[in-house]
Amino acid sequence: MSDGADVIVIGAGIVGAACAHELARRGQRVLVLDAGLRAATAAGMGHLIVLDDNPAELALSQYSVQRWRDWSRDMPDDCAYRQNGTLWLAANAEEMAVAEAKYQVLREHGLDCELLGAGALRDAEPELRDGLHGGLRVTGDGILYAPNAARWLLDHPLIEQRRARVIEIDGSRVRLEDGGWLGAQAVILAGGTHVTELCPELPIEPKKGHLLITDRYPGRISHTLVELGYVTSAHNASGPSTAANIQPRPTGQLFIGASRQFGSSDPAVEPWMLAKMLQRAVDYMPGLARLNGIRAWTGFRAAGPDGLPLLGEHPQRPGLWLAVGHEGLGVTTAPGSADLLVAQLLGETAPLAPEPYLPQRFPGVRAHA
Amino acid sequence: MPELTLDGRPLLVAPGTTVAAALLLGGDGTSRTSVSGQRRAPVCGMGICQECRVTIDGQRRLACQTLCRDGMRVESRP
Repeated sequence: MSDGADVIVIGAGIVGAACAHELARRGQRVLVLDAGLRAATAAGMGHLIVLDDNPAELALSQYSVQRWRDWSRDMPDDCAYRQNGTLWLAANAEEMAVAEAKYQVLREHGLDCELLGAGALRDAEPELRDGLHGGLRVTGDGILYAPNAARWLLDHPLIEQRRARVIEIDGSRVRLEDGGWLGAQAVILAGGTHVTELCPELPIEPKKGHLLITDRYPGRISHTLVELGYVTSAHNASGPSTAANIQPRPTGQLFIGASRQFGSSDPAVEPWMLAKMLQRAVDYMPGLARLNGIRAWTGFRAAGPDGLPLLGEHPQRPGLWLAVGHEGLGVTTAPGSADLLVAQLLGETAPLAPEPYLPQRFPGVRAHA
Repeated sequence: MPELTLDGRPLLVAPGTTVAAALLLGGDGTSRTSVSGQRRAPVCGMGICQECRVTIDGQRRLACQTLCRDGMRVESRP
């Protein structure tokens, strides 16, 4: 089928898989090439979360979280989808003000959410430390085991998967490691942090993150707990930073993030950074300190300059379509990214205004010769 | 000689015996039940693989990294 594929997708992570799925659903024959490199889908937390740093991020994440909810009815159990909600934690009055502002914005956009005072927060999650000011519960958020979700999305008779490394892209043609060329009507690049090897003009940088998972301790928490410091201070800095993010897995394990570091491509776990991240989580949930972590690892987010993905045709490489730069939100926004890209590719009306995500917003991509 | 209980049964072991060794001396050698319901047993013996985690006196511990003590209560199930 490969010679006859309508579209070639590079990258079988969650974004590439969603693009392939949406194309196949419309009757397109898709060849998905994946080199088996380290990538964010396998490393990340699978947190489906609505973020509202800007209107475009809110639109894409809200639309996508809804799409995951729709898909979840057909997803097999091993995708581990749960709509457990996110609980944003306010440690002080300033963060509580952020929670209130966030509440207003989300409510205006029709999202189900609820402000909790200190007492209600303790009742909702008794493992949290005393002295927190309150929180914001966002009911529609969820979690997922992304590698299995990607596998489920790719399981379609019109999708062929092949383990192959692309070493060159020429519009809608790709050259593989063995020197052979494959062509289609379009090529979609969804290669995460690896895309700059093929398109050096793309403004994508790896942002390193540490993760740790504990042994099974069922029933400790029910929401995914995220500190509001995540949006107010720590994570907006350009240096290394951490923020508490504690997720209850369906197995009873607790999955702990998050850290951010620029300028590193070394996947080694760095004990100082892991310790800093865990200390932050323990600050919010003291009982964590008595639980056993069984594994720690790192991953790399494909980060662009403005925090939004690049979704659309490459302005200087006709036939090449980009679905890159999702940073920490690739699992969340994969469905919306796929719908936006596929609508543009097939000339359909897109479900969201595509402009904020178009690759040509970056001069370096526009100027590429 | 330390005497411990393994899943409720008393077991006498030589001083210096690890809990991983006690699992084999006093039972079938298995340490825990996986998410999919399979029994698992110690593999690496050096604190890396995490397969030998058991509950000792109410705390989750690695059997291969813990020496048996008198009065210790070791649970490998469920």
